[in-house]
Amino acid sequence: MTDHKPHRGPTRRTVLKGGVAAGAAPLAFQAAQAQDAPAAPNVQKRDVTLTVNGQDRALNIDTRASLLDTLRNDLELTGSKKGCDHGQCGACTVHVNGERVLSCLTLAATVEGKAITTIEGLADGDDALHPMQQAFVDNDAFQCGYCTPGQIMSAIACVREGHADTDAEIREYMSGNLCRCAAYPNIVAAVKQAAPKVGRA
Amino acid sequence: MRPFDYQRPARAAEAVQAASANSMYHAGGTTVVDLMKLDVWRPDRLIDISGLSDTSYDFVQRKDGRLRIGALTRMSSLADNAMIRSDYPLLSDSLWLAASPQLRNMARLGGNVLQRTRCPYYRDTGYDQCNRRNPGSGCAALDGGVTRNHAVLGVSDQCIATYQGDWAQALIALDANVELLGKDGPRAIRFADLHRLPGENPAQENNLRTGDLITAFSIPDKTWKRSKYLKIRDRESYAYALASAAVALDMDGDTVRDVRIGLGGVATVPWRASEAEAALKGQTLDEASATRAAQIAFSRAQGTQENAFKIKLGRETLVRALLETAQMEG
Repeated sequence: MTDHKPHRGPTRRTVLKGGVAAGAAPLAFQAAQAQDAPAAPNVQKRDVTLTVNGQDRALNIDTRASLLDTLRNDLELTGSKKGCDHGQCGACTVHVNGERVLSCLTLAATVEGKAITTIEGLADGDDALHPMQQAFVDNDAFQCGYCTPGQIMSAIACVREGHADTDAEIREYMSGNLCRCAAYPNIVAAVKQAAPKVGRA
Repeated sequence: MRPFDYQRPARAAEAVQAASANSMYHAGGTTVVDLMKLDVWRPDRLIDISGLSDTSYDFVQRKDGRLRIGALTRMSSLADNAMIRSDYPLLSDSLWLAASPQLRNMARLGGNVLQRTRCPYYRDTGYDQCNRRNPGSGCAALDGGVTRNHAVLGVSDQCIATYQGDWAQALIALDANVELLGKDGPRAIRFADLHRLPGENPAQENNLRTGDLITAFSIPDKTWKRSKYLKIRDRESYAYALASAAVALDMDGDTVRDVRIGLGGVATVPWRASEAEAALKGQTLDEASATRAAQIAFSRAQGTQENAFKIKLGRETLVRALLETAQMEG
């Protein structure tokens, strides 16, 4: 795993961040309106060290932060995607201790000390894709690509779990990852192609 | 999401001590984080029990005539357990047919049974009317709402929200107990006494007391090799049941010695069809007796214009589940 390199110069992401600041004024108005509400707990911050793609990352996070938001906003690992943010679409799938989970429903504070792997942690260097990534390319297993990082993380786990023996089994055990472009037949083909190289756990 | 105080105790007793009327336990987070994001749940303290280490809460054991399952066992872990698959297929089927692989890796069994309804009016705070979420406010479902997936059994004039869990149907069918650690120490209750019918007060969803922590489930360890969970839904995978049947059979030739029936997707709480079971005991199991039992199981069902199809679907699901289970090797 290579070190995480911060982006240099303007990127789509830094431009988007600038846009958020301009939209912050209405939030201040809402906060002023809520003054009469009964005393609620204050925002709580917590020091955590997350182990992401083999690297320890020390962070001071809001205890409400999902692992997905922490990966994307604090660690600038934007490969994991936010689709529904409610555990229904699978676009945010990552591995925690080798098992596929939904990072949108995982509070970052709860996974301290566990090994987190994201799509960015799969490739071995800049040139060699992970066999599952290569299989998705070879089989055109996407159109828009938004669900693809989650599909790939899920597909690797599907094979390792031993649930990739037949097309029907792959469909069943990939059902937690939705693809609105409906590239499903190609995704099944990609999982089948990569399965012998990925192997069972 | 509203701010909360986050605690991560190492011992179950500390977790129970930290609990109050407005705190919540967090294990896998699949229900808690979802409903907190929706602002349906607003705990002021979240007690993360996923790191409890005073003893194991992730286990499957057979001891003293009971099968015991730890409350922090993951859905995927029990679904894949070789002994469970062989001796209690019902307990495995009802898990792997639920949710998605990712959710099954996260959700723990203690939280699984306490999952909340998927009624859209409960989940959407844009609707003021929800007796379950906002006591006394009315019911947007009954007041002209979309009710295609609402319940037909155990309904009241205050709430018709479906209990959508699957594993709970297996537990109630197999006479499970729930082991609890509460403010006054450990105790056990019948699983059948965990959930409450909506009745006049849908907001009181279960009989747990403040601080009660589910630590384990236990079942009389009578092997049920002839058992299955049949789940009918709008799409073949990753969908809630429109109707489901949890069936366990003990046969003497073609005659039913003992039978257990749980019904999912059709009721407001985990549902045991005791009268249907009684009608089958001692009888020859065939299409006629299964159909009679299914009619009894749904004899008090009440549908709306949109969900009345579930009464027929529920009956047919049960008949098919009974006949298919009878074909299994005992």
